[in-house]
Amino acid sequence: MRPESPTRHRRTGPVVAVLAALGLALLVLPLLGLVLRAPWADLPALLVSIPVLQALGLSLGTASISTLVCLVFGIPLAVLLSHAVHWHVVPRRLLRAAITIPLVLPPVVGGIALLLLLGRRGIVGQWLAEIGITLPFTTGAVVIAQTFVAMPFLVFAVEGALRSADRRSELAAATLGARPAQTFRLVTLPLVAPGIAAGAVLCFTRALGEFGATITFAGSFPGVTRTLPIASYLAMNSDPDTAIALALVLLAVSLVVLLALRDRWLPGVVR
Amino acid sequence: MRLVADLTVPRSAFDVRAAFEVPEGRVLAIVGPNGAGKSSLLGAIAGLVEGSGALRLGDLDLLTLPAERRGVGVVFQDLVLFPHLSVRDNVAFGARVRDGSWTAARKRTAPWLARLDLVDLADRHPAQLSGGQAQRVALARALAAEPAVLLLDEPMAALDVEIRDDVRADLARHLREFGGPTILVSHDRDDASALADDVLVLERGVVMQQGALADLAESPATPWVQRFTR
Repeated sequence: MRPESPTRHRRTGPVVAVLAALGLALLVLPLLGLVLRAPWADLPALLVSIPVLQALGLSLGTASISTLVCLVFGIPLAVLLSHAVHWHVVPRRLLRAAITIPLVLPPVVGGIALLLLLGRRGIVGQWLAEIGITLPFTTGAVVIAQTFVAMPFLVFAVEGALRSADRRSELAAATLGARPAQTFRLVTLPLVAPGIAAGAVLCFTRALGEFGATITFAGSFPGVTRTLPIASYLAMNSDPDTAIALALVLLAVSLVVLLALRDRWLPGVVR
Repeated sequence: MRLVADLTVPRSAFDVRAAFEVPEGRVLAIVGPNGAGKSSLLGAIAGLVEGSGALRLGDLDLLTLPAERRGVGVVFQDLVLFPHLSVRDNVAFGARVRDGSWTAARKRTAPWLARLDLVDLADRHPAQLSGGQAQRVALARALAAEPAVLLLDEPMAALDVEIRDDVRADLARHLREFGGPTILVSHDRDDASALADDVLVLERGVVMQQGALADLAESPATPWVQRFTR
């Protein structure tokens, strides 16, 4: 028997077709339901109500700051990770595992861990309390929780870009007299800029949708820590129309991100 | 200034050992079969590859210096132009990292665009260049950084056969004008005869013969040299 040529059309069996269709329905139908059930007529009024605007402003503000924090610390972390290929295997894997943890950890666990570290009686928190800094249940806590869950997206996107950037460009820069810092700024950084942009967008989206770590570590105070996802969840009991309106805003942001990244979906994250 | 080298460059299969001198304004061609260690040797001179022994330019000990402080310019085999920079800024790069300003660097290196016939291409990016054009940019970029030593790794390899003779003639002219010690790696007899004053034959990391191409042709030391000079 000759092996089937790879170009030949492969038929989808009935079992695969049915299960795949059900899987797809599970992914798409809820969103379709959300759009169909949306109170479109009242939507403009709902979107400009005080609680919605408050939550929207808080979410956009904190997610933006979190993304900035992720950029400031995540890019060096990605550089370190890309250098780690020359390390001994144990520290290299530990570093990668540490950065991966927030991706696989339930966000609530992250929130509890943050509370135990930075809470008023936490390991670091009690020192902070002595000098008059209380983090839990403040807007700062929202930013920290979002940064915690979003950082891996940025690190892995940038690391993937660093990995695929032509290292010989850096060698060429050195032969032209560029010191390592100049090479990084003038050559490496521009070459990985698309990866940084993609990572920042993913990071922002993850921060915007953050719920579990935020509500555990920062609580839900209107205007202070009640972000869009939390406001939407709470409104579901009392005012479903507002909840749906908030959900639509989050869905719209996700769609914009999907369109922006359609050609380079999760570079570096999916490897 | 004279470049004096007595280098050992470790490689996985064998070490490359070579001792040679290149006086100011002279061109040495390092030739040999594929995998002989020619590019490793160039890398060690440029400071991009680990090497030990001695490497002096005049009184200056190059081996102790990092690549960026050696003043050794390189035209890489596949050129390695900066894809995100225009032709103008590729050429200005060396001056930019030395002087700190793009504006001043562009102004200072503008004559190099003219000398290598790149004025009309100055705003293009490397992806928009033909092979011959990209090669001129790589040469301009290396020369505009005002190196003390120039290295060229297989400068003709990336070019179409039809344009090689023209490019080679241009290159010979620019190398004469350069004035510092120049080393080029090649496995092409025509490159060695048109561009180089002396030839060093490297086979499996060992210098088999060294001298003028005519002398090599007269008494070839190995079968490879005999085939090369025929």
